[in-house]
Amino acid sequence: MAIPSLVGVVIVTFLLTRMLPGDPAAYFAGPAATPQAIQEVRVKLGLDKPLAQQFGRYLLDLAHGNLGTSLTTGQPVVTELRTRLPASAELTLLGLLLSILIAVPLGILAATRPNSLLDHTCRLVSTAGVSLPVFFTGLILIYVFYYLLGWAPAPLGRLDVFYLAPPQVTGFYLIDSLIAGDSQAFTAALKQLVLPALTLGVFSLAPIARMTRASMLAVLSSDFIRTARASGLSNWTVVITYAFRNAMLPVITTLGMVFSFLLGANVLVEKVFAWPGIGSYAVEALLASDFAPVQGFVLTMAVMYVALNLLIDILYGLIDPRVRLEA
Amino acid sequence: MTDTTAVAPRESPLAQLLRHSRHVLAENPVTGFAFALFLLILLAALFGPQLAPYDPLASNTAQTLKPPNAQHWFGTDQLGRDVFSRVIVATRLDFFIAVASVALVFVMGGLAGVAAGFFGGWTDRIIGRIADTIMAFPLFVLAMGIVAALGNTVQNIVLATAIVNFPLYARIARAEANVRREAGFVEAARLSGNADWRILVGQILPNVFPILVVQMSLTMGYAILNAAGLSFIGLGVRPPTPEWGIMVAEGAAFMVAGQWWNAFFPGAALMLAVFCFNLLGDGLRDIVDPRRRT
Repeated sequence: MAIPSLVGVVIVTFLLTRMLPGDPAAYFAGPAATPQAIQEVRVKLGLDKPLAQQFGRYLLDLAHGNLGTSLTTGQPVVTELRTRLPASAELTLLGLLLSILIAVPLGILAATRPNSLLDHTCRLVSTAGVSLPVFFTGLILIYVFYYLLGWAPAPLGRLDVFYLAPPQVTGFYLIDSLIAGDSQAFTAALKQLVLPALTLGVFSLAPIARMTRASMLAVLSSDFIRTARASGLSNWTVVITYAFRNAMLPVITTLGMVFSFLLGANVLVEKVFAWPGIGSYAVEALLASDFAPVQGFVLTMAVMYVALNLLIDILYGLIDPRVRLEA
Repeated sequence: MTDTTAVAPRESPLAQLLRHSRHVLAENPVTGFAFALFLLILLAALFGPQLAPYDPLASNTAQTLKPPNAQHWFGTDQLGRDVFSRVIVATRLDFFIAVASVALVFVMGGLAGVAAGFFGGWTDRIIGRIADTIMAFPLFVLAMGIVAALGNTVQNIVLATAIVNFPLYARIARAEANVRREAGFVEAARLSGNADWRILVGQILPNVFPILVVQMSLTMGYAILNAAGLSFIGLGVRPPTPEWGIMVAEGAAFMVAGQWWNAFFPGAALMLAVFCFNLLGDGLRDIVDPRRRT
């Protein structure tokens, strides 16, 4: 499953550069270039060769981990993406964790009490969650928790200027500061993270809560649940051990779609909170018409997304042994 | 004589649909609310410039960053422009982007999907592969890449939003066409000597149509969100053009300083529009396809 997707992703990102309006060579040479300079760039980029050969060259570059050089910063795109990736990953994962922690119990509770007040709250929250533009949620949270209440620090990046970044091990500030035993840096990093992670969490809450509720409802009405209840098992055992484990599969499938939304929303949230991740890097490059970073960013995101889907498939097999037997 | 059902004339399909729609509306009053909201949005989209009390582009240096008041219901922005007027006038552009992209993907995805489901074989494999490749990207990220590659214009935002939604439409249309490929009425049409394309257009498409229309209203909300997100990061629409996404982006800096109305009202308008389309889509699905109701 993952291999054809990866091939498709590489082809599309290659084609995206070839679709650049006008002559890519003139584009990369800059506006003040002479025809001679443009020709030089064309030869240098291999644009005078046939498309298939260009594609071969692109693959070769990829195999060497070369994604080109940013025009504005002069840095290789790979280096910049690598230094910025942990910031994005930390934010996205924490956002997802938050939303799972809220959405799954909410969905279970709503399913065990259909048409109760809680069920209606669950429905309202999930409909509102899909309708809220992430950048808008982020701004509202900033206004309430930073400006009005003063609980959150200024929405400017991963760490307040008064703190030093912990020595890099994983690149995740929360984990690195714990390893370094720096509790102050941990608290400071956590404070910066809470609002953007919450923004992402609210956004991805809806599909998870909905799916948990629907799938729990389906499982709870099945025969083996009735049998379990008739055997006198406690409500907790029935709901959590019997029903939840079976209801989890569709929820995990939904996670694939949730990730697609999360990775996209991440770009917007990074812009709102001035988060130094790969999303804001791509946005800056986009606005400066600097294409190599954008291409590298799109490719990185797509590869991560394909890898995540693969991970979900594996997880699926771990939870449901029937899937493993069939495969 | 007392058996009235036997004498009663059979309802025409239109009357049936109307009765069923009334039933759904009565069951779920929220759909009625969403429909009213939709009319309001349509009104603002059609007559926005006439309804707005002020010129959305006229700046007024004496009235900068005023909070909402009697003259300026939604306050004024950093250039003294009336936020209320700008929010109303922006409706047309946002609505246009969403409708255009959804209409485009409706045609592209619908035709490709129906062809894939009807012909099968290579057509199916190629279209399926294209859809899978698009699905391999996080959708918003792909839309960013497309707009970056094709050029930073509103047309390309429409195109990118359409491409990103392509797999959804193609898959639904494919599944529906595939089911009907061997159906009796298709066989009958084939036996009466109709060419493949004629069956496709005359028999299959009309049957797939209602399901795709429901999908259209369900994706409208996403299309608006996607387009506003792109313009929020600075793609497509350029200032001073009033557009919800870019207005939120412009107002973001003032939000931190406590001047909330600049970003709040366009953001709330955006949210309300998306909310309306999502509810409307759910309601429409109940009317067209009651089985899928959740």
